[in-house]
Amino acid sequence: MIQGRGWKRWLLTLAVLHGIIACAGFFAPYDSAEQDREHPHLPPMKIHFMDSHGRFHLRPFFYEPRLREGTFEQFEESTEEVQPFRFFVSGARYRLLGLVPSHVHLFGAQDGRFYLLGSDAYGRDQLSRILYGGQISLLAGLLGAGLTLFSGVLIGATAGYFGGWRDGLLMRVAELFVALPWLYLLLALRAFLPLSVSPVQEFFLIVVVIGAVGWARPARLVRGVVLSAKERDFVKAARGFGATDAYLLRRHILPETSSVILTQAAILVPQFVLAEMTLSFLGLGVPEPVPSWGSLLASLQQYSTLVSYWWMYLPVLAIVPFFLGYLGLASALQQDGATEKMVGRAGEDIW
Amino acid sequence: MRYFLRRLMQAAFLLIAVSMLTFLFSTLAPGNYFEEMRLNPQISPETAAALRTQYQLDRPLPVRYGRWANSLLRGEMGFSFAYNSPVAPLLWVRARNTLLLTLTATLIAWALALPLGIWSARTLGRLPDRALSLATAGLLVIPDLLLALGLLILAVRSGWFPTGGMASVGFEDLSLFHKVGDIASHMELPVLALVLSALPVLARHVRAAVAEVLEAPFLRAAASHGIPRRTLLFRYVLRAAAIPLISLFGFSVGALLSGSLIVEVVMSWPGLGPLLLEAILARDLYVVIGGVLFSTIFLVAGNFLADVLIYWADPRIRTGAAAR
Repeated sequence: MIQGRGWKRWLLTLAVLHGIIACAGFFAPYDSAEQDREHPHLPPMKIHFMDSHGRFHLRPFFYEPRLREGTFEQFEESTEEVQPFRFFVSGARYRLLGLVPSHVHLFGAQDGRFYLLGSDAYGRDQLSRILYGGQISLLAGLLGAGLTLFSGVLIGATAGYFGGWRDGLLMRVAELFVALPWLYLLLALRAFLPLSVSPVQEFFLIVVVIGAVGWARPARLVRGVVLSAKERDFVKAARGFGATDAYLLRRHILPETSSVILTQAAILVPQFVLAEMTLSFLGLGVPEPVPSWGSLLASLQQYSTLVSYWWMYLPVLAIVPFFLGYLGLASALQQDGATEKMVGRAGEDIW
Repeated sequence: MRYFLRRLMQAAFLLIAVSMLTFLFSTLAPGNYFEEMRLNPQISPETAAALRTQYQLDRPLPVRYGRWANSLLRGEMGFSFAYNSPVAPLLWVRARNTLLLTLTATLIAWALALPLGIWSARTLGRLPDRALSLATAGLLVIPDLLLALGLLILAVRSGWFPTGGMASVGFEDLSLFHKVGDIASHMELPVLALVLSALPVLARHVRAAVAEVLEAPFLRAAASHGIPRRTLLFRYVLRAAAIPLISLFGFSVGALLSGSLIVEVVMSWPGLGPLLLEAILARDLYVVIGGVLFSTIFLVAGNFLADVLIYWADPRIRTGAAAR
């Protein structure tokens, strides 16, 4: 399954997966915060082709749910009226990729709501929440990784290139950060930041906290590459011709680190997505009503949810493919030296 | 001896640095335990302010750090506002439970990873290796949060494992033998979650380390001398592969500590994790600092053990010839 070759395939898979999440507004039939108090904890609905009279419909349809007689929370299908599916229906307004205003959704129904993956305690569509939640979790992971790699490269290059006391100091601090259990560090950092703020502030707070925890490992790797790169003949030659430090770093040394950075990115992004999920799961992340993968799973902390509503586990199915994609990409990048092809030069053996 | 002294010095330095760092961060925090009190209409702002003064939270940072370090030396580690007691005894009970979980999981995970990794390396590229690689890759893509939740769901649905907590109702009345049995049965699920999350990483590293040694020229030479395979494996391969694996052991303690925090919260195991989370939400400052420090102590202890093992396993370090 995970083989040395084919990082392009993994990259393509990841691009498609991220594309779906990025266009959540289009793929999700409803808004993530839209409640339907009549239908809490509705199990996933069935898609039908044959109606109760045994007639075949070319267009798939579903039945409206109604309370089973004598119960308060059990639903059954009301088979009298057929609710046909419509594709590219007009629905809740959203902005595609945060820019293009639109109200077209991939699928939906004329009237009545269709819950492909069931609904949560407030009757919110689980599928829509998973898709929108992915936006928060993935964006936090990507931004966090970007921040970490940026500071990692900055610190690692400073330590490796200038050496001396700067190297000693920075690497001591890096050792400190590498040594600590990351989750405790994450929680400690989060502990000393404000607890109740708006979702947007909270989001950036989390990105900064996640980004601040992980910089040490890439910094150490980058330092190693820079240390060996600055002794290479062409760098020495350029220096002999009077190149400045800034020019040498930009033109000759930092390009050498690109393969390390790419591999680190593929390793860090899923870790940071997981970090965001963990914080949100523990109730320290982006607050309601904004969904994130972690807070979707948080409802499983209640025993009743765990036992009675199996469709609340479904976010897992969305999350695992992303981790698989990133793991595949990381090991493909590590193994087949694709990074060398990408940067057009054989790098030093860094591992 | 000098090697150990240096390692001990480093560990002490690390602990002091961590405590200072957490203290520094805590001053950046807006609000504190007594600020949260203001939300309670029964407590007047004056009372909250008086409490704040009583606990010396209005003093400058170095003074507070000094007082905290002093209480650390007395074995108190500061004072918990929420529990109204010194922090250390509070943490110690929880830390024992975390330690029980983490140590058991570490032992089991290594006991499984070693034979699996060696087997995989010996059949490199053939069926057992491919099957194991697939299995470890599968486990690797399931993050520990999902793994813990998945196992909990399995346990709740099947009833195979006791779920939640560390002991059954009526634990106090059991005999010693049954007490041990009861705790062990409650440990099954969290330990399983931890082992499954650590196993793939460990097994892959063992496989890589052993496979590398198997290809080394000195081993070819030894094999061509007609040394039996079993002797070859235990006397030569494992000894050479041990050194990178021992340093991995130090790291695995840290990873398992982080994993154990999640597992503890999910499966309501009364360890450091739930206490730390509670303290964060209540802004119980010294408990948070103490919790982080305790986890660092475990980690440092794990790394020190790894250093001792490396000293024993690597003659280069013993003779001081290592270029470090």
